[in-house]
Amino acid sequence: MIKATELSKKYGENTVLNIQEIEIPTGQTFGLVGNNGAGKTTFFNLLLDLIKPTTGKIINNEIQVNLSENWKPFTSAFIDESFLIGYLTPEEYFYFIGELRGMNKADIQSFLNQFTEIFNDEILGKKKYLRDLSKGNQKKAGIVAALIGNPEVIILDEPFANLDPTTQIRLKKLLKEVTENKNVTMLISSHDLGHVTEVCERIVVLDKGNMVKDIKTSQETLKELETYFSV
Amino acid sequence: MIKKILQLEWKQFFRSSYWQKSIAINILLAFLGLYFILVFLSLGISLYPVLKKKFPESDPLLMVNNFLFYWFLADLIMRFFLQKLPVMNVKPLLVLPVKRNKIVHYVLNKSVLSFFNFLPLFAIIPFGIILIKENYNVQQTLVWMVLLCIFSLIINFLNFIIESKSSETELSFLPVLALASAIFALNYFDIISFSTLLSKAIQTITNTPIYLIIPILVLALLYVANFKLLKQKLFLDASLQSKTKVVETTDLEWTRKFGDIAPFLQLDLKLLWRNKRPRSSLFILIVGLLYGLIFYPNPVYQNLVPMLVFVGIFITGIFMINFGQFIPAWDSAYYKLLMSQNIPYKEYLKSKYALMVISTVALFILSIPYVYFGWKILAIHFAAAIFNIGVNSYVLLFAGSFNRKRIDLTQRAAFNYQGTGAVQWLVGIPLLLIPILVFYIPYKFINFEAGIATLIIFGVIGIVFHQKLMKFIVGHYLDSKYKMINAFEQSN
Repeated sequence: MIKATELSKKYGENTVLNIQEIEIPTGQTFGLVGNNGAGKTTFFNLLLDLIKPTTGKIINNEIQVNLSENWKPFTSAFIDESFLIGYLTPEEYFYFIGELRGMNKADIQSFLNQFTEIFNDEILGKKKYLRDLSKGNQKKAGIVAALIGNPEVIILDEPFANLDPTTQIRLKKLLKEVTENKNVTMLISSHDLGHVTEVCERIVVLDKGNMVKDIKTSQETLKELETYFSV
Repeated sequence: MIKKILQLEWKQFFRSSYWQKSIAINILLAFLGLYFILVFLSLGISLYPVLKKKFPESDPLLMVNNFLFYWFLADLIMRFFLQKLPVMNVKPLLVLPVKRNKIVHYVLNKSVLSFFNFLPLFAIIPFGIILIKENYNVQQTLVWMVLLCIFSLIINFLNFIIESKSSETELSFLPVLALASAIFALNYFDIISFSTLLSKAIQTITNTPIYLIIPILVLALLYVANFKLLKQKLFLDASLQSKTKVVETTDLEWTRKFGDIAPFLQLDLKLLWRNKRPRSSLFILIVGLLYGLIFYPNPVYQNLVPMLVFVGIFITGIFMINFGQFIPAWDSAYYKLLMSQNIPYKEYLKSKYALMVISTVALFILSIPYVYFGWKILAIHFAAAIFNIGVNSYVLLFAGSFNRKRIDLTQRAAFNYQGTGAVQWLVGIPLLLIPILVFYIPYKFINFEAGIATLIIFGVIGIVFHQKLMKFIVGHYLDSKYKMINAFEQSN
């Protein structure tokens, strides 16, 4: 589904990402871990064509992302708060995203029903603007919005950060449900090794822009990662 | 301690991307400051001789004292709009071992160093020196000078109290203006003559300097009041206490008529209505519509027809100019979303275009009553509206692709330079001057009707080539996409 070749990003002399080749097949749940500055967000930004690669290219479902906009209809993402429109209520925001993805109000309303558990009565019907919600609730709204319109590629940067423990557990369950559909390719990054090994089938470790590990998740993966990072 | 805080502020100022990127604005402001210094200096030097010459039989000092009331009122209003209490990022300091009182004193004392407090000195000191030279009592003159400085500081601190009381609402300037006008009117119609009262008070104090204690006491009281107000705000929850009102939602179903661009149109309308800064630009519409009343009744301008074209462009295009010059910076806070969502650039820009066109048509219709001042006015408005739709809208959209400044939507509007860069200054020239030129040449060489027709033809050409022009503009936006995303992420 997604293929990056000779992908690199440099700011001046500083190389922040350098990936020779990586391929993520359709339906895979792909986890990206690494310390701060490892290049996780840079990779996602390149994938979304928000920054320009210094060399190489990313192909998303046979479309090279920086040459055509045709990857947008089947790709969705939540990277940070700048993906929210602060002066809309959560409902309006969902309707807006829904409209962009060809769903009408009624579709969205029934779509939102499956998230009552995650929302925990803190998002919908509160008559508040997104900018007035807490960081955690903003995140919930952003993640749910990224699931609107049956996207085939979903990109979530640090989905577990800022969430309360209950929501983290509910979110894990939700993400697993989403990826049961074998057409959905999901990419998530996280600092929480436990969550990411639980959700992802494959985990790639980045260090200073380089891929240092590419693991198919198994019973031992969490241990392996913990040993790697506890240096 | 104070030294440390000063160091922090110094770094904040010179390391802010705002300073580094907008040297042009800083230079402009410096020139403006210099200009005012010169104006005040020449006022201080020439005031005495001029008054003496014009009114030989009255005392210049007395006349100045009589006038001081208006001066103070104007000073207060100017400060209300232009002067802000020095802002300091206190949050990181709150948890450090710094006394809260110290921070507050520091902020208040810093405000004393404001340009607004020094400006009057440039007039007061030369005027005082001339008074002494003209054999006025030295002691009385010195007391007078000190007194005026104290008044200046009183206004300084009074202003901050008014500001902090009125900052909760965004149309705060209306009650302040109303109150100021009321005081002015009471004085003007001699119902309560504040100016005489003030003049008498000043005279009493200069004659018996012991009374200086009264204004000093007032100043001290104001300082304490400010201190208390500020100290309350120094707790985290004061700023965190978000004034979340219950939100009224409307679904704006009527925008459906516009087809594909409906979701963007809805978004833009909400943007305008729900955020402080763009909302205030809606109120400027009213000011813009009334703008014609300054020009049209005045016979001088009846012969200056090209000037009326300027007014016409302005009246029918005020929203377009106000809104258009910051496309796409209005959406800077969530620009990454727009760039990665399923949105073609074309639709996005088309919705901005539609909004500008709708506003122009609406403003033209609202300006029809100006026909009272002659059919020519109506003709000019019509031609100006067509020109705005067919030419200026594209100029604004095109210029928008050079916008590299983020806008924080929740900030106030009046005198907010955020998001203003060289683009905004440059785009103003073609926007307002070109239509005058387009009109003037045929008007000069043929007649009025030819000028109007030329304006309309230019506009119609733009409308006919809409698709081509939009394609060109979209291409430009695509070219600068990464630069814009990067720039909009920078704060300040």
